[in-house]
Amino acid sequence: MKNWPLFEIFIRSRNGLDHKHVGSLHASDAQMAIENARDVYSRRLEGVSIWVVESKYITASDPGDKDAMFEPAVDKIYRHPTFYKLPKEVDHM
Amino acid sequence: MKDQEQLLKEFQEKIDREEKIEPKDWMPEEYRKTLIRQISQHAHSEVVGMLPEGNWITRAPNLRRKAILLAKIQDEAGHGLYLYSAAETLGIDRDTLIDELLSGKAKYSSIFNYPALTWADMGAIGWLVDGAAIVNQVALCRTSYGPYARAMVRICKEESFHQRQGYEILLALCRGNAAQKKMAQDSLNRWWWPSLMMFGPSDKNSAHTAHSMNWKIKRFTNDELRQKFVDMTVPQANVLGIKIPDDKLQWNEQRGHYDFGEINWEEFNHVVKGNGPCNRQRLDDRRKAHEEGQWVRDAAMAYAEKRSNKIA
Repeated sequence: MKNWPLFEIFIRSRNGLDHKHVGSLHASDAQMAIENARDVYSRRLEGVSIWVVESKYITASDPGDKDAMFEPAVDKIYRHPTFYKLPKEVDHM
Repeated sequence: MKDQEQLLKEFQEKIDREEKIEPKDWMPEEYRKTLIRQISQHAHSEVVGMLPEGNWITRAPNLRRKAILLAKIQDEAGHGLYLYSAAETLGIDRDTLIDELLSGKAKYSSIFNYPALTWADMGAIGWLVDGAAIVNQVALCRTSYGPYARAMVRICKEESFHQRQGYEILLALCRGNAAQKKMAQDSLNRWWWPSLMMFGPSDKNSAHTAHSMNWKIKRFTNDELRQKFVDMTVPQANVLGIKIPDDKLQWNEQRGHYDFGEINWEEFNHVVKGNGPCNRQRLDDRRKAHEEGQWVRDAAMAYAEKRSNKIA
């Protein structure tokens, strides 16, 4: 038998919030993945909307490149509002 | 290219900093193997654990109990799936895991090799077996491997009702007539010791504990968790008014814990080796279910392929 492909499951818990990754499951196609995701990941009102995507279509960054990828942000603290010291009267800005 | 020793050192430092390990991070082969073994055993236990209870769905005493039992068993299927998915992130595929269960190569919790003889056993399984599982699983929510920890958090959230519904079954029996109370006591007599065995061999004989603690796969030892379970469960038995079958069980003021008798390790080993009352039946049932579902899996795949060819 050919193996059922793996799908990643994303659920929106309520309108106004993002879909969030909750896990994965095997299914023969996307429709079945949605039906199974409903049974597996939303038995207790966890969601109002489900996205499924076959895992093989996800491209992930390499954890080995973590430093090169993310370190440049470390020394740019001027991107945060707290970097700027203002007089007390206007500090709520 | 970093050498093995350097990688290992960085890995341990990461764990010591309480940073989670994620699927694509470097990890020692032994860490990967230990996790695959532990997570898949855990998944198999959820799946085999459905069998003793499935046996009672048609015989539940009323519709409320039946709906609850069905929901609990459905949860267990889901928990098996969360765990298989977590194991798969370590680079092993689902079919291999299932094969290892069906061939008898992989283990599952020995508790499910005991038979569920009466309705009271549905109560005892929920209260004691799920209760012991929760003690284990709460500790595992902080395990060092990210996908395993996340699966555990989800499972713990869902599992609490399992224990409460079991206790409620026994509460109803214990408040009933003499025969019902006797049935509750009998189920406690049969499930108490096997439940204590669920925490595995004593620390001094546990092959995997030291390594697993170092890598924070396990956060507490078998004996620590077992003690926790005993301390938590004794007062609950008192509320039911039934007696835990252990003459050595008594509060130790000095330790601040209950002392309890020695587990029959001979029985433990006997069941682990495959010679418990239901080992053969459980695996036969799983094999039969898997084989009889084959055409459904094949048909679903054939349908999906036919449809995708039409679209293309």
